[in-house]
Amino acid sequence: MRAEPSILPLSLKGVGFRHGGQTLLTGVDLTVRAGALTIILGPNGAGKSLLLRLAHGLLEPTEGAVEWAFEAPRRRHAMVFQKPVLLRRSTLANVTHALALAGTPRAQRVAEAVAALDRVGLAGLADRPARVLSGGEQQRLALARATASRPDVLFLDEPCAALDPAATRAIEEIVHALHAGGTAIVMTTHDLGQARRLARDVVFLNRGRVVESAPAEDFFAAPQSPQAVAFLNGDLVW
Amino acid sequence: MVNRLFAALFACLIALPAVAQERFITVASTTSTEQSGLFTHLLPKFTEATGIEVRVVAVGTGQALRLGENGDADVVFVHDTASEEKFIAAGFGVDRKPVMYNDFVLVGPANDPAKVKGGQDISKALAVIAKAEAPFASRGDDSGTHKAEQRLWKDAALTPAAPWYRETGSGMGPTLNTAAAMGAYALTDRGTWLNFKNRQGLEIVVEGDRRLANPYGVILVNPARHAHVKEADARAFMDWLTGPAGQGAITSYTINGEQLFFPDAHAAN
Amino acid sequence: MSDQPSAFAAALNLVLTLDPQLGEIVALSLRVTLSAVAVACVIGLPIGAALALYRFPGRQVVAVVIAALMGLPPVVAGLFIYLLLSRSGPLGDWGLLFTPTAMVIAQTLLVLPIIITLTRQVVEDLWAEVGEQLRSLGSSRARAIPTLLWDGRLSLLSGVLAGFGRASAEVGAVLIVGGNIAGVTRTMTTAIALETSRGDLPLALGLGLVLIALTIALTASAHVIGAFSRRLGV
Repeated sequence: MRAEPSILPLSLKGVGFRHGGQTLLTGVDLTVRAGALTIILGPNGAGKSLLLRLAHGLLEPTEGAVEWAFEAPRRRHAMVFQKPVLLRRSTLANVTHALALAGTPRAQRVAEAVAALDRVGLAGLADRPARVLSGGEQQRLALARATASRPDVLFLDEPCAALDPAATRAIEEIVHALHAGGTAIVMTTHDLGQARRLARDVVFLNRGRVVESAPAEDFFAAPQSPQAVAFLNGDLVW
Repeated sequence: MVNRLFAALFACLIALPAVAQERFITVASTTSTEQSGLFTHLLPKFTEATGIEVRVVAVGTGQALRLGENGDADVVFVHDTASEEKFIAAGFGVDRKPVMYNDFVLVGPANDPAKVKGGQDISKALAVIAKAEAPFASRGDDSGTHKAEQRLWKDAALTPAAPWYRETGSGMGPTLNTAAAMGAYALTDRGTWLNFKNRQGLEIVVEGDRRLANPYGVILVNPARHAHVKEADARAFMDWLTGPAGQGAITSYTINGEQLFFPDAHAAN
Repeated sequence: MSDQPSAFAAALNLVLTLDPQLGEIVALSLRVTLSAVAVACVIGLPIGAALALYRFPGRQVVAVVIAALMGLPPVVAGLFIYLLLSRSGPLGDWGLLFTPTAMVIAQTLLVLPIIITLTRQVVEDLWAEVGEQLRSLGSSRARAIPTLLWDGRLSLLSGVLAGFGRASAEVGAVLIVGGNIAGVTRTMTTAIALETSRGDLPLALGLGLVLIALTIALTASAHVIGAFSRRLGV
């Protein structure tokens, strides 16, 4: 647990995004509290990735606001993308670079990086060039890098979409462990099984709007909206 | 690891030699003088006697005088009396001293299309060449040699023109290269000719005419105009050049046993 | 040309006997060109990266002008530096004319546009690939410059080699600002020019072969390093 106060809750109030004359997202109200494990569900093109990027600050909303508890001097939330983007250097160096950006003093970087790699089971590959790792290993490295400085919130954008079941399981276990360790998780996925396995809360997105938002049990047992019903049945959603 | 190697390599190579620790003067002279090899023979003797290094920048006469005007040289050593006098009159140089003279020769292809070989009258030879419109390669670069060539045409009351008269706009060596390749006549100083290795059948066709003499003068760049000129060392050079040691060295310079330059400073002998 | 066998013989003789004059000329050429490339990298890599990352009015114009300067004729660069360094020029008091330093300055001017333009292209492409991730980690554009330069080092190496090639091959700039002074500012290219104009073609050819061999050696080693790195994924 971090000694400093958490930047949560995160509040999205009426957030929307227009681009090129098209409204891609609108009227999104969302709150993420400490201990959350929120899965954002929805068909392709619903706006899930866009929502994550807005929450993470990679994009500015064209309407509404994204608010944290306070503006922390250092970024205390991180993101893992669908395709891991790694620098042309060693596995360890990728993590120490992230720590440097997060403001970790030079003397502590290696130790914290090794610890981060250890948490994802990559400690043995620390000196390997990051680009020669397998897909699953690279995604675990991305996770280690994102969480090395113990963020309060971790965003994940379909992190297992390109991975095989074994690698997927490894990632899910790490996400569980992070959540247990106090990190709030906000994750998008189109894999229903994964959603069922992980979610505490579900936000169902369709065509740029939040259609339904409920605790996981309620959502899966009794979806309220016709779109959610169709989606859970495996039907195409309009 | 590899990067540290590169860094070290760069560090060694960037350390350029500390220039200007030695004592030296800069002399602006001409390409033909340098190509004659005279400086390689002459300058070490001066440096040994005085400890002053001489750095020669060899360019065309026009550019050498321009370097003097700009103060980029301490001494100007060229062979175009008319331009030299203008240079001094304009206040850019002082104390011109005659040093030596060499001569020009007319060279031409072995088949001698204008039939001027063996002549001793340069005006006549040029007239014959102009009438026959035999190819002629000129430097066309405003150098001392080029100006001398132009004077010879003028004195013969001729105006050479294309297509048989070709201005290469380059130094003596390149012009001779061109003449050899084109089978053309050319006016050259004897020094460059003796050193020139790419003759391809070119040979001397006219020599010995008094009008072909080429006098050299050495001038101090005016210190009143350019305070940084190394006056004392420059004067030492000029005095040495026109004194018995320098004049003797000039006389002793030969190519294949032939003397190239003839001492002209009246202080000598 | 019947001269050709003797040209190779002359060149071989120079190299095998480790002719000191040749050695001096080669050493000076390398020192001048490598120094110019080093300075151009120190200045040009950050500028190229900044040009890739920052948007400002007139950015495209600047990029186009710099790219056009890759074709700056060496003699023009030489003339420009001569006018600056001449005793009658603004920087005359520095006394740099006809020194190796002047030659380095002139060659840096020739190499800089190449380094900047190629760096800009490499960094632009890299930023498109890793920019979002770097921003996610909290990197500003300024902070990203050294990261991207290091990450793109293999591609940037080609740019550096191109710059080296241009500088080592040129004669116009170093001739004008250096003066081709024997033992002081005479490089391989100016020596070749001198021997050619003397008509001593075998010697000129010989020097030319040495120059080509040197360039090939340097380019090949950089190539090997690059291929080696790529294979390792380093």
